[in-house]
Amino acid sequence: MANAHSDHPAHLQHHFVSSEQQFDAAKMGMWLFLVTEILLFSGMFVAYIVYRTWHPEVFVKSSELLDPVMGGINTIVLLASSFTVALGIHFAQKDNKKGLVINLVLTFLFALTFLVVKYFEYTAKFEHGVFPGAAFDPHGVSHGVDYATYNIQYARQFFSIYFVMTGIHGFHVLVGMGLFTWITIKAVKGQFSSAYYTPVENCGLYWHLVDIIWIFLFPLLYLI
Amino acid sequence: MGDKGVFWLPDAMSTFAGEVDALFWFVFWTSTVLFAAVVGAKFYFMFRYKRKDETSVPDAVHESKLLESAWIVVPTVLVLFVFIWGFDVYLDMNSAPPDSYQITVRGKQWAWEFEYAEGVTTFEEMVVPVGRPVKLMMSSSDVLHSFFIPAFRVKMDLVPNRYTSLWFEATQTGEYQIFCTEYCGTTHSGMLAKVRVVSEEDFASWIAEQSQDLPPEQLGEQLFAQCAACHAVDGTVKIGPALNGIFGTQQKLADGTSVLVDENFIRESILNPALQVAEGFQPIMPAGYTSMTPKQIDGLVAYIKSLK
Amino acid sequence: MSESASGTINYLSHDKSIKSWLFTLDHKRIGIMYLIAVSLAFLAGGILALLVRIELMAPGETIMSADAYNQTFTLHAVLMVFAFIIPAVPAVMGNFVLPLQIGAKDVAFPRLNLLSFYLYVAGAVIALAALLVGRIDGGWTFYTPYSTSIGDGILYVSTGVFVMGFSSILTGLNFIVTVHKMRAPGLTWNRLPLFLWSIYATAIVQVLATPVIGITMVLLFLEKFMHIGIFDPALGGDPVLFQHFFWFYSHPAVYIMILPAFGIVSDLMGTFSRHQVSGYKFVALSSVAIAFLGFLVWGHHMFVSGQSATSSVVFSLITYLIGIPTGVKVINWVSTMYKGSVQLKTPMLYAIAFLFTFSIGGFTGIMLGVLAIDIHLHDTYFVVAHFHYVMMGGNVIAALGGLHYWWPKMTGKMFNETLGKIAAGLVFFGFNLTFFPQFIMGAQGMPRRYYDYLPEFQGYHLLSTYGSWVLGAGMFLILGYLVASLINGKKAGLNPWGALTLDWTHTTTPPHPHNFLETPIVTRGAYDFHLAKDLFASGKEVSEVVTSTKH
Repeated sequence: MANAHSDHPAHLQHHFVSSEQQFDAAKMGMWLFLVTEILLFSGMFVAYIVYRTWHPEVFVKSSELLDPVMGGINTIVLLASSFTVALGIHFAQKDNKKGLVINLVLTFLFALTFLVVKYFEYTAKFEHGVFPGAAFDPHGVSHGVDYATYNIQYARQFFSIYFVMTGIHGFHVLVGMGLFTWITIKAVKGQFSSAYYTPVENCGLYWHLVDIIWIFLFPLLYLI
Repeated sequence: MGDKGVFWLPDAMSTFAGEVDALFWFVFWTSTVLFAAVVGAKFYFMFRYKRKDETSVPDAVHESKLLESAWIVVPTVLVLFVFIWGFDVYLDMNSAPPDSYQITVRGKQWAWEFEYAEGVTTFEEMVVPVGRPVKLMMSSSDVLHSFFIPAFRVKMDLVPNRYTSLWFEATQTGEYQIFCTEYCGTTHSGMLAKVRVVSEEDFASWIAEQSQDLPPEQLGEQLFAQCAACHAVDGTVKIGPALNGIFGTQQKLADGTSVLVDENFIRESILNPALQVAEGFQPIMPAGYTSMTPKQIDGLVAYIKSLK
Repeated sequence: MSESASGTINYLSHDKSIKSWLFTLDHKRIGIMYLIAVSLAFLAGGILALLVRIELMAPGETIMSADAYNQTFTLHAVLMVFAFIIPAVPAVMGNFVLPLQIGAKDVAFPRLNLLSFYLYVAGAVIALAALLVGRIDGGWTFYTPYSTSIGDGILYVSTGVFVMGFSSILTGLNFIVTVHKMRAPGLTWNRLPLFLWSIYATAIVQVLATPVIGITMVLLFLEKFMHIGIFDPALGGDPVLFQHFFWFYSHPAVYIMILPAFGIVSDLMGTFSRHQVSGYKFVALSSVAIAFLGFLVWGHHMFVSGQSATSSVVFSLITYLIGIPTGVKVINWVSTMYKGSVQLKTPMLYAIAFLFTFSIGGFTGIMLGVLAIDIHLHDTYFVVAHFHYVMMGGNVIAALGGLHYWWPKMTGKMFNETLGKIAAGLVFFGFNLTFFPQFIMGAQGMPRRYYDYLPEFQGYHLLSTYGSWVLGAGMFLILGYLVASLINGKKAGLNPWGALTLDWTHTTTPPHPHNFLETPIVTRGAYDFHLAKDLFASGKEVSEVVTSTKH
């Protein structure tokens, strides 16, 4: 048995028979995790659908307060980041370390841009008392919009759902930035190759999911 | 059980209670027979095929497709039969006859309030005529409650901000228990009431009698029923302090100060219960009594004043 | 491989430092740590249950105030459901046994496995912290608006449940991948032990249902914390929506609790009857079917909640569909003994007790599924008795069977068989005495979660309390002789029960740190005893274990 260990690559954990088994297992695990993520968000989508069905006019009116331009920019930013992360995986498979690192850094920067835009969106709301929950008290006028006219019944529910959904999504973006920092460091150290790039692949999968959820959030909250 | 010695289900006292019971007993006995068969077979096999020789390994049993299909098909048929039967009875229980007499029921921590079509309101006791369908329109003014009369086999949750309803037609005069069956806080188990079933004539005269104005003290006594889950009038300490003989005395408060129990204190305690809490008690009295009219408060003050 | 030169090294003895336990990635050690943690939760929850029963011996105040009582039964429920039953079988026995039974060295993600253990501990501690900061009452269902109207305790409990849920998700995810990707050569799905089939089905439910309770707890937390108005009617929210969210997880969660029990009972029935489990394929696949159907019946908890009559009818119908495969399984277990060779050792006694108690739980479940009957029985002691017959009569009794079955494998020691049988008898008798009277008083109208009750119910309450003492005595006896076995128990052989699954035939007792020195190759099904007659012919313990000494 002793010689069985000698041909084990460094990344292969002892309880796996082969790199292939390890890669398959990791990928399947990641897919399952993504399923749980979708179910987590689906609870909020159900809450959205229920309240929208009950109070459609309130939802239509309240969504006027959200800025589709900002949301649109963020959509493009996230789509671009999905592209760079896919490129990153491509370069990892090609053993191109430089390409991998550049694309990981780009993805990180796109994620950061998304959060910065989100920050400006949130503060614009907070300034006029558009908070989730008990503090909800729209007031003041800016850019010709009289916030007080949005202080209608069930607008609180719309904004609660908006803040909870985008908040939890934003948290996922933050987690993604952490993950990209981690794998960028590993990539710089040269730990990935065409033989082993599982973390890059899995972070990429995660990031695509974050992107897809935003693709649903954007029209539901901003556009319709 | 109790006085009538009933086992399992209480006496059936509404028109559809008999149907519910028939269904119950059908499922009960079918289950008992099947259960006895399973357990019987189990004990028989346990002893009949007990291992006698450590080295023996029995052969595999050839599985009979017919037998296997049988124990899938037979239970399926049985449960579908029970489902359709149960559905049928459920429809009955769900559709109140259009000419039903309507009573509005309000649940609050921890009391029941019944408002009749004639404008009469009672607490802790609901009076209904025998042999006439009664529909209850129910809602809650704080948390969830559930209205349950075992003798009638009816139950329905009370939800804030919406109406739920149930109906029944009592078949015999008498007094039956009402329970709250959705957890609603400290005195959930004290949120009880009675339904009194009376003849049509008695009901008519009872309504007429109730519609007259009561003197404040009597009105207060009637209203006090909703306080009785927590406050005794015979000196017993319940969730809240006993209220007899306190008028005119000095009451020690939880914050260490003391205060004279007068009309104003009683009024404040009803409307703003958390403000002045008696020493040794938790500040848990619900604020749900603020909706009382000045007349009702006058009545309660007069009643508490009269308690010795 | 010098480390195994002696051939006696095992996962307990190879490194005894505390650190080697706290940071272990070995699924067996994680399983043992879960066993200790889960047992503590069970002990605490059990003591609370005994207090509840004592309080209910007489109407009015017996030993505690109404507030204390309401918090006691709530804490009992939260501990038992979230900190005990849900993790008990999958996390303890699943962790310990699963890799052994599929012939793998570990689960697919050992680090994730350790993380889920610590998440579990953290979640349980956070939930318990609720007690220190405020009241938490109203049962484990946390119905709004009551749950958000009381003190801040709910903030801690919802966080704790969320964190424990995360632990449950990670465990499920780990197991699914392990079963899919790490089976030994020759171990086809048709040869898989039924315990693994049911752990697999359980894992599916854990992965698919738990995220929903996660988001529900987040929303509940935010409802209390910032009043977002989703569930609170005073702010325009809908409390019935909360119930839908809650039961969408919590009904499937019932299958997280019961499916593993099915698996244990299947294994015990096969091994102790030395017989192919009757209807193997049906038992295996119906577990998976039940796992999926379990997602479609949540509304049967809400027949009187004010949901529409149409939904109630649909939920009632699907509830029956799930009842049938469950009933057929019971018949399969019984007929496994037919023409078998039945040995009544302690674990088997639990399997047989399970058939009795779980059948009662199942039949009363059918009763509760009937719309018209449920209206009368809903939220009475009938329901309390029903779910205790399923949760305890089903899960706990089977789990005790599994614990006794794998105890020699886990510890290398045999427990006292006579005491084991006595305790099994006490548990069975005490359990029935505790909960059967509750069916009767429930049918008579005794509502659940009642601190005080009408005097006519006292006889039943007394019986129930006496039963709880017998049950408690049985449990403490088990604790006693299991602990004693660690000190002076007989050394366990390789395969004391004569099982044919890899955990018994191909590993040492207790197992080697890496489980198998050589990857086992499977040539027969888990219960194909008739194909292994020669192994039993000598009368010695059956083992094909490959130890290093052969090298």
